[in-house]
Amino acid sequence: MSKIVEGLFYTNTHEWVKVEDGFAFIGITDYAQESLGEIVFIELPEEDDSLEKGEELGAIESVKAASDILSPITGTVVEINESLEDEPELLNTDAFTNWIVKVELSDESELEKLLNAEQYKEICE
Amino acid sequence: MKKTVLYDAHVALDAQMVDFGGFLMPLIYTSITEEHNYVREKAGIFDVSHMGEFYIKGKEAGKFVDYIFTNDVSSMVDGQVLYGMMLYPTGGVVDDLLVYKVHNEFYIMVVNASNADKDFAWATEQQKFDCVLTNESDNISEVALQGPLAEEILQKLTDYDLSTLTFFTFSMMLINGKNVLVSRTGYTGEDGFEIYGYETEIKEIWKEILEAGGENIAPAGLGCRDTLRFEVALPLYGNELSKDITPLEAGLASISVRLEAGDFIGKDVLVKQKAEKTKRRIVGLKLIDKGILRHGYEIFKDGTKVGEITTGYRSPSTGETVAMAMIDRPFDKRGTELEVQIRNKMKKVVVRNKKFYTKSYKEN
Repeated sequence: MSKIVEGLFYTNTHEWVKVEDGFAFIGITDYAQESLGEIVFIELPEEDDSLEKGEELGAIESVKAASDILSPITGTVVEINESLEDEPELLNTDAFTNWIVKVELSDESELEKLLNAEQYKEICE
Repeated sequence: MKKTVLYDAHVALDAQMVDFGGFLMPLIYTSITEEHNYVREKAGIFDVSHMGEFYIKGKEAGKFVDYIFTNDVSSMVDGQVLYGMMLYPTGGVVDDLLVYKVHNEFYIMVVNASNADKDFAWATEQQKFDCVLTNESDNISEVALQGPLAEEILQKLTDYDLSTLTFFTFSMMLINGKNVLVSRTGYTGEDGFEIYGYETEIKEIWKEILEAGGENIAPAGLGCRDTLRFEVALPLYGNELSKDITPLEAGLASISVRLEAGDFIGKDVLVKQKAEKTKRRIVGLKLIDKGILRHGYEIFKDGTKVGEITTGYRSPSTGETVAMAMIDRPFDKRGTELEVQIRNKMKKVVVRNKKFYTKSYKEN
């Protein structure tokens, strides 16, 4: 059974969003890392890149396949988690502490349309 | 969806199952890298019961197989295995396969699961000889025991002196009392055996081999089967081989085609292609920039498409990001710098040899 953290927003494509100090941190869920298997590479956006809700934010490569990361929200990238460039396997170790990008939200109301932990749990079952 | 006789064993091991060639097969038990390393360093056992087996029996069995097979069947001795292909008249590949010669009037063809029905229909169409072709795929199960410790492990279960079973030969032998066909063959670049028998026999042998191997063996899924074969540049039908690719273009002529021997379907095209030189061929690529190369990615030189990746991985054995790719001449030369398109971005690759890892067969 994969881990789900309370208090985060989720997508049905297995990304999570955590809002802290007015910024949104985006990552992939434990369920996502488990189904991907060993992650060997991550393609990250750059700082100041603008993200569109539902559009490709980056990509994750496991040994067996490539998989897109879709942005759950619209906004601007203010920081990328550079440690993932050297150690993408951190996502396998803990998908919830290792956020992928920090984003300045364009439209906070988008968050309301995301899933809560309970709703996301149903998708994973 | 078909299940092999080992389906319950895979589920009990908590394997991630996938559809492969119409069969529900184990993709991963623990992790691709872990299973991969077991096969390279110790031993792994694969359920390959999905593979297709055809029997060809009768007076002209050899003649028939020779007619549809690129390698030289007439030179085979009893107990020998030969790798080769069946071709369309265009020179494109119907399938790549192994031929086992039991004796002059009995041959076995072992074909890819995903192609088995197509292969059988194709072979049946060409069958105008004094022999009988039957599809035994549903009756025969198979496991592959691969890795440097394969011989040591299997020897615990048989009185047959396995050191006398040389590379690409086979024999019937008793494995814990079960009379099965064992060949010194495989698809990993390591020493090892492929074991063919009836369902109940293979079900028991799977369990017995795992017990005999103890800590030195792990069940290995299709995920690592692909990384293992890729690292030693063995082709996969659908990637390096297809109806639109000839064995010469795939760079497999030396091990699979005998143009100087008898006639076979597609031979004239190969003769012509050999004389004129192929317009493209499979080469190795190494990614200079960061990323992973995958099947289907397009390759460019100065903005013009010159090829496509057939298989790519970060090699579990070496950690290098490499691929096999079909590249137009003259961009196939080693050291040529090309570009690959990965998700709308162009990244640098360089042509290299496709020996990403050195095979360690027991050739004697």
